[in-house]
Amino acid sequence: MRILCAVKRVVDYAAKIRVNAAQTNVDTSSVKMSMNPFCEIALEEALRLKEAGIATEVVAVTVGPDAAKDTLRTAMAMGADHAVHVVHESAGAGAGALPPLAVARVLSAVVDHAGPFGMVLAGKQAIDGDNNQTGQMLAALRGWPQATFASSVSVTDGGTHAVVTREVDAGLETVKVPLPAVVTTDLRLNEPRYAKLPMILKARKREIETLSAETLNVKDHVDRDQGKLHVRKVSEPPARAGGVKTKDMDEFINMLREKGVL
Amino acid sequence: VADASSLQASCRAINAANLAFGASSGTKDPSLSVLVCGSPDDSKELDDAAALFSKVCGVSEVLMAKSNALKHNLPAPMAALVTHVIKTKNFENAAAPNGTFARDFMPRAAALLDSPLIADVVDTVDAKTFTRPSYAGNAMETVERTGDGPTIVTFRPTAFDAAETNDTNAAPVVQVSDDALAAAAGSTSLGEFVSAENKDTGERADLSTARVVISGGRGVGDNFDKLYSLADAFGPDAAVGASRAAVDAGMCANDMQVGQTGKVVAPEVYIALGISGAIQHVAGMKDSKVIVAVNKDEDCPLFSIADVGYTGDLFEAVDRIKEEVQKKKA
Repeated sequence: MRILCAVKRVVDYAAKIRVNAAQTNVDTSSVKMSMNPFCEIALEEALRLKEAGIATEVVAVTVGPDAAKDTLRTAMAMGADHAVHVVHESAGAGAGALPPLAVARVLSAVVDHAGPFGMVLAGKQAIDGDNNQTGQMLAALRGWPQATFASSVSVTDGGTHAVVTREVDAGLETVKVPLPAVVTTDLRLNEPRYAKLPMILKARKREIETLSAETLNVKDHVDRDQGKLHVRKVSEPPARAGGVKTKDMDEFINMLREKGVL
Repeated sequence: VADASSLQASCRAINAANLAFGASSGTKDPSLSVLVCGSPDDSKELDDAAALFSKVCGVSEVLMAKSNALKHNLPAPMAALVTHVIKTKNFENAAAPNGTFARDFMPRAAALLDSPLIADVVDTVDAKTFTRPSYAGNAMETVERTGDGPTIVTFRPTAFDAAETNDTNAAPVVQVSDDALAAAAGSTSLGEFVSAENKDTGERADLSTARVVISGGRGVGDNFDKLYSLADAFGPDAAVGASRAAVDAGMCANDMQVGQTGKVVAPEVYIALGISGAIQHVAGMKDSKVIVAVNKDEDCPLFSIADVGYTGDLFEAVDRIKEEVQKKKA
C-alpha cells in the first residue's frame, strides 16, 4: 500500500503572531516557518506504517509557493520516499489564501496523478488557518471514507481496512473504515522523529516533482473554489487587560469577592 | 447525541443562526429549521430533543431523521443526509455547533455541495460575513461567503448565549423524506462504529459548558484530587481542566486539556493554578469572563491577562478558596 501524506508550511507554533499593517494577513516576512505540527504527526504515522511493513512507499505532497520546498525537504529528511510540490502562490492563511475546498481539489488531482494510494494521511488542521476541513473535503470529493482526529491507527484485514481511534468531545471513539480512506491526525497519535543530519544533507539533493493546478488540469476549478470565500480583513484579537495581582492571601480573597468569584 | 451539553450547544447555535441569518439579513420572517437525527433505538431522546427545539424562539420547524444509519453519528451518512436535506429543501444557510461531531461531517457535507465552510465562527457581521479566530486566536479573520450556493458555517457555542424557549412557540415536528434517509443509508459502507469510551465525568459538569473551570498545570503534580475537591465545593456546575504540560506529563487525562489543541472554554470563572500561560493555552480560555491566576512565578505571562492574580503557593490558595466557598455556602 502506498500512502500520500499532505504537509503544510506554516508559521512556527512558538512564533509571536503579529497582524500586518494592511490587515490582510499575519506578518510572515521575518518569522520562523516550519512544518505544521499536525502534519509532522501524519508523516510520522506514515513512516511507522512503512517501517512496520504495511506501507510500501510514502509520498509527501505540499501545495504552496516556492519556499514550501523547505517543508518537502524536511519530509524527505524524516524519511518520505518521494516529494510532490504543487506550486501555488496563494498558500498559508489570510486574504487570498487557498481555502480548504481548493486545497482538497488539488490533493484529489494529485491522488489521480500519482496514485493509487491506500491512505491519505493529513493533519487534522493547520495551525495558521485552523480550518480543520481539508481532509474531510478530500474524502468527500473522492467518495472515500474518512477517520478524523486519529489517536491510533492500525491497518487490518490484510491491508483492506483501517481501525482508527478518534479523539472526540465525549472521549474516544473507534471506527473501522475500508481503504482507501483519508485519516487526519490528532496530537497524541505519536511523537514525530527528528530528522538526522545525514538525512537532512541527503534530502537537499533529492529531486522534488513539481506540478501546478494547470498541469493537474484543475486550475479553473481551483480558481472557482477560491472565488467562493473572501477574507476581508485580519485583525488583532481584542486585548485583554490584566488586573491586579497580590502576594497577600487575604487581599487575594477580597479581590475574588469583588469579582463575584466568591 | 441528546445529552445536556449538546442540547445546550445546539440552543446556542440556534441563537447564533438567528442572529446571523434572521434579523440582520433583513428577512422579517426568517424560517429556521432544526434537524434532529439519530437511531430509532434512541427514539425517546430524539423526541424529547425535538420537543425542546420546537419551543426554542425562532424555530419554525423541527426535522426528524430516525435511521439505523445515523446511530453512531458517522460522518459519511451524516454528510449524505445533511446534503440531501439542504438540496431538496433549498436551504440558503446551514449551521451547526462547532465540536468534534460537526467538525467531522460538516466539511464533508460542504464539499459535497461544492461549497466552502466557515468554521468556528465567534461573531456575525452580516448573513454572509463572519468573524472567526485563526492562529489559535492570535488573529481574527473576517470572512465573506462570495459567489453562489449555500452559506455553511459552524458556530462556536461558547461565543453565543443560548436561544430562549417559549411555551407559546410550538414548531411542528416533521419527518424527513424517505429519500433523505436512503441517502444516509447509502453511505454506511464507508465505515462502521466499533466502540466508544466515554470519559467519566461522573456528577461533574462538562468542561465546555461548566460555569466554573479549575485548571491545573504541571505544578499540581499528583494532586489533581485537590482540584476536584475544590470543584466539588463550588458545586455541580464546576469542572476541572488542565494545561497541555500537565497532560503531557501524564498527570491527567487527555480530554481535560484546555487550549488550542484541546478544549476551548469560556466559563464565568476560570481559575488557573500553576499555569504559566503558553500561547496555546491562552487561546483556549482567554474569553472566560473572570480569569484568576495563581502562580509562584511573579513574571508568569498569564498574570498579564488575569483579572485577579495571586503570587504564591497554589495549594495554599486552593485550600483557602475552598474554605471561603464552603463558609459562604454554610
